[in-house]
Amino acid sequence: MLDLFAPFFQRLYETTGINFTPFYDPYDWGRLLEGMWVSVQLILAVIAVSMVIGVVGAGAQTSKLRIVRFLVAAYIEIFRNTPPIVQLLFFYFGLGAITPQVDMGGWYEPVIGSFGWAVIALGIFGGSYNVEIFRAGVDAVPETTKEAADALGFSDFKIFAYITLPLAFRFSLPALTNNVISLAKTSSLAYVIAVPEITYTLSNIWSDSVNVPEMMILLFLYYIVLVAIIAWVMGWLERKLALPGYGQ
Amino acid sequence: MRLKTIVGALAIAAATVGTSAAQDVQNDRFKEVLDRGVLRVGVQGAFRPWAFRAPDGTLQGIEVDLAKTVADRMGVKLEPVVITSANRMEFLKQGKVDLLIGAMSDRPDRRKVVGIIEPAYWTSGPTLMAKAGVIKSWDDIKGKPVCGKQGVFYNKIAETEFGANVIAFGGNTEAKQALRSGKCIAWVYDDTSIAADIASGEWEGFEMPVDTVFSNPWGAAVPLEEQSGIWGAFMAGMAYNWHKDGTLIELEKKWGVKPSPWLAKMHEQLTYDNSYLNN
Repeated sequence: MLDLFAPFFQRLYETTGINFTPFYDPYDWGRLLEGMWVSVQLILAVIAVSMVIGVVGAGAQTSKLRIVRFLVAAYIEIFRNTPPIVQLLFFYFGLGAITPQVDMGGWYEPVIGSFGWAVIALGIFGGSYNVEIFRAGVDAVPETTKEAADALGFSDFKIFAYITLPLAFRFSLPALTNNVISLAKTSSLAYVIAVPEITYTLSNIWSDSVNVPEMMILLFLYYIVLVAIIAWVMGWLERKLALPGYGQ
Repeated sequence: MRLKTIVGALAIAAATVGTSAAQDVQNDRFKEVLDRGVLRVGVQGAFRPWAFRAPDGTLQGIEVDLAKTVADRMGVKLEPVVITSANRMEFLKQGKVDLLIGAMSDRPDRRKVVGIIEPAYWTSGPTLMAKAGVIKSWDDIKGKPVCGKQGVFYNKIAETEFGANVIAFGGNTEAKQALRSGKCIAWVYDDTSIAADIASGEWEGFEMPVDTVFSNPWGAAVPLEEQSGIWGAFMAGMAYNWHKDGTLIELEKKWGVKPSPWLAKMHEQLTYDNSYLNN
């Protein structure tokens, strides 16, 4: 694939000085592809973790136990109110030092690597917002609907799982889209713990070849395209799940 | 208006002539230092063991010792001046210091600004720091995680030439912390900096196990217009003698720096073969 456009970009560099090294240098091309792929994996994993945390957290918020409600509130306060970059460093260097490691002869292959810690840290960070987003959705479900389910003999858990949550999810979608997009962009912070995602990769390339503006353009285009895709998927989901006459 | 332009152009022309005249060899500095009785040498402030502030507040280190040999030879007092990478060349140009001995890598762009003295007195280049006994040659990092600092071109060398998997962090502190906690098998960085870390005593159980891949020499520097004058020639002689009489190798020992093959080679090369005297 590189052979197709390498001569063009090589020529572009020689004639104009515009230097897109990944499009003619096989080493940088490999780095770019890997960076894009790691970035997509990271974003998908972070979104998945944050969604699960959001749903579980919102469920726990409706708990009758005061201690559970307090723990959820404490979690939100801690992780929503501290910068994600600090959380990443704390998880990787702080907790990473006390988690089990496998001796590989001179270095330790940690059970959780930098990618794993990035998923955990950013997932927990995004999850703290999602709890509140889902809570808004849960609160928007009419009391009467829940009472009707109660009258039909549904248990508390079943009311949450089968009645409240599916409706709450629909109410939450617009706010959720915002948070998911924001998370996708926040994933670029993982470069501080050396996760080889796109920002890390391109910044390495531009320090090697001093082609900062060109790589900045690539980075911009990458995120614009990626976020456009995420927004499109979320919009599609919103239309797909819309109930006629409900929440519209 | 027209007149002003002409006068302005003439002023610029005069200034240009003045500058080009300044490029000619001047020989003021050597005499100035002798008259003053004090030699001011720019050294780094916090780079153990090259130049750093000792607990008693004085500046010490290899660079300071080298500066002392110059002052002693001239019979004047030494006044070390702390410089930074950003201001040192300006200090020399403005005459705030007479001489620079401070981790000055000999690069073409710097040669345009200051008079870099040959021979160079030290070199630095990419090498590794690792736990003692783990690494024996550069080949040992193949396919393994190696810590680095983002934006250092040594990383690319470690990846492309030696097949390492470089994990680069934003700063030295994070990268070294990652090495300490065993997240990587070694740290790729500048050999002088690694040697300084090891000499500091805070890296017990770590070593610099491999030779540098290539070296970029560090030179002392005098003002550009004095480079081919007495001051430059005198300093070139000093630098030659540092190699020849083993001063640099002694300093290496004195400050606990790992013996550098380059210094040993220079010592050999710059020792004049006068075996004919024995005939």
